[in-house]
Amino acid sequence: MAEVEETLKRIQSQKGVQGIIIVNSEGIPVKSTLDNQSTVQYSALIHQLVMKARSTLRDIDPQNDLTFLRLRSKKNEIMIAPDKDYFLIVIQNPSA
Amino acid sequence: MVVLVALLGYHKPLRRHASFSFRVCLRLLGHVFPRFALSPSSCLSVLVPGGYTLNPSVMEITHVYAKLRSEFGRQCLFSDRPEEVMVDIHPEPSLASQFILKTRKDQGLQACRDMSEHQVNTERFESNSCGMNHVEGGWPKDINPKDVEQTIRFRKKVEKEENYINSLQHLGSVMEHCIKQNNAIDIYQQYFEEDEELEESSELPSAKTINILRDPNEVKRTITGLSWHPDGGRKLAAAYCNLGFQKNPKDMSLDSYIWEIENPSCPEMTLKPESPLVCLDYNPKDPHTLVGGSYSGQIAYWDTRRGSQPVEYSSLERSHRDPVYKIIWLQSKTGTEAFSASTDGQVLWWDVRKLSEPTERLVLDPGREGNLDRALGAISLEFEPTMPTKFMVGTEQGLVVSCNRKAKTAAEKIVCTYDGHHGPIYALQRNPFFPKNFLTVGDWTARIWSEDIKESSIMWTKYQMSYLMDACWSPVRPSVFFTVKMEGVLDIWDILFKQSDPTLSVKVSDKALYSLRVQDNGQLVACGSQNGEATLLEICSGLSTLQKNEKSLAAA
Repeated sequence: MAEVEETLKRIQSQKGVQGIIIVNSEGIPVKSTLDNQSTVQYSALIHQLVMKARSTLRDIDPQNDLTFLRLRSKKNEIMIAPDKDYFLIVIQNPSA
Repeated sequence: MVVLVALLGYHKPLRRHASFSFRVCLRLLGHVFPRFALSPSSCLSVLVPGGYTLNPSVMEITHVYAKLRSEFGRQCLFSDRPEEVMVDIHPEPSLASQFILKTRKDQGLQACRDMSEHQVNTERFESNSCGMNHVEGGWPKDINPKDVEQTIRFRKKVEKEENYINSLQHLGSVMEHCIKQNNAIDIYQQYFEEDEELEESSELPSAKTINILRDPNEVKRTITGLSWHPDGGRKLAAAYCNLGFQKNPKDMSLDSYIWEIENPSCPEMTLKPESPLVCLDYNPKDPHTLVGGSYSGQIAYWDTRRGSQPVEYSSLERSHRDPVYKIIWLQSKTGTEAFSASTDGQVLWWDVRKLSEPTERLVLDPGREGNLDRALGAISLEFEPTMPTKFMVGTEQGLVVSCNRKAKTAAEKIVCTYDGHHGPIYALQRNPFFPKNFLTVGDWTARIWSEDIKESSIMWTKYQMSYLMDACWSPVRPSVFFTVKMEGVLDIWDILFKQSDPTLSVKVSDKALYSLRVQDNGQLVACGSQNGEATLLEICSGLSTLQKNEKSLAAA
């Protein structure tokens, strides 16, 4: 439990990080540093995106799997690290 | 006794051997069949399969082939001898006169299939865009997402799981790596800013049809007027009307439409006048308002925010007596003035706030008497925002009348006339870059005039094959203008490039094209045809971007 907190704190302290969300495999946000509404929005949309990305890769090559997903936009970058049961979503503004 | 007779394979070069074997056979057979008297010259061959069984009870029908050995063919005896010329045919020069020498041709050969390029237009489909409402879900059944305590409890439970801790540690380290990466270098940085070099494009001019907006009604009507939305031109307003005298079928719809050019399947808005609109114009100052002139001679004023019905309609008594062929907004402080022209010979000024009566009236009488009977019917109008007091009217009789609005008496209103065309002047427009020059289109030619020269036009095109129905200058290039013809062809003329022929001729539709409007950015052109189709064409960049010294060249 403490390790988890420590990990999250370390990530949060990195430059430009705006928010962290941990989502479980059903799309429920377990932990988040953002407000509730944004959390719900991010988790729902990104969950679908990760599912789609994963299935896409699997369709092309069944042995392959998604290891990391980066969404770079004009304003910031959304990084998603998927796991078997959970995703870790970090929103960072790299230029800041 | 079963006797089978067959021809033995006969090998010619082995003749001697064959005859030997024959003799052997014959001798053999001679023992069996002593009756047969065989001599070497006969060619009877007898084959008895396997052993011979004597079965006198069965007698089969046999067929005997007999052929003399000498008839088989003699052995070929080859001998060598020197060659000799059999036939020698010399060419006869007299025969050559009957032939024409074909011109040499370079033909490339390639062993591949002949293919041809076709363009296919898919069937129109209606698409509807709708949004989705997201609701929070995913929570297990026993937890109510709205109950905060339950959700917190659930979350805490999840956090205690070991799986969670492990996976999160792993994910955390991966994520940190990427975050640090991001902070170190901007991986999407543009290294070399490429300058766009404006080169002289030597490509052939082209125009491409982007979209066709079709009249959704069953009975198709002609598009007689078009107007682009002033703010960026994403919308096009089209006036539909059947111009033939009393040709309106009974169930013809009266509506005119505003189309969004991205969505050709259905019009964005419908304008419902009481009588079909012949022309309409967007207010350049206020993009929500439109004014339209109808077949009955009335003027209608719309506000698109207020719906499809006209906000106001001019009264029938005070309006024109003939269909209003052209209506244009004026530059005024209030931004609510427009003027209209019709074949009844009048040009009326209106204030859209009060459409019951025109504010001013001008009778187009060349004798300057204000006599309505002698008035000329007006078909087109021109107004240039930079010269607010002057305007021009193109008439049915082929005269262009230049008028001054500020003149005190009716007599002075008409300043001068230009006579040029044999038929009605369907379009009239000043060059947006050089207002002293204007373009008129009527009968079979297009002419460019200079205001100061009153006798004749300074430039005209040669007589075309069909009637020219509408024309306009390109708003970006001073030397380019567009015309549309009755045979469905859009011509693009570049007077700096070629003056005798259009630079580009595009066959837009099989039906006659009646109206034409260029969008303000100069790249999109809309043409309206007789069967209610508005075709949007994109002009290639060579014809729509300003060339360097074009302005100065055109001024010359």
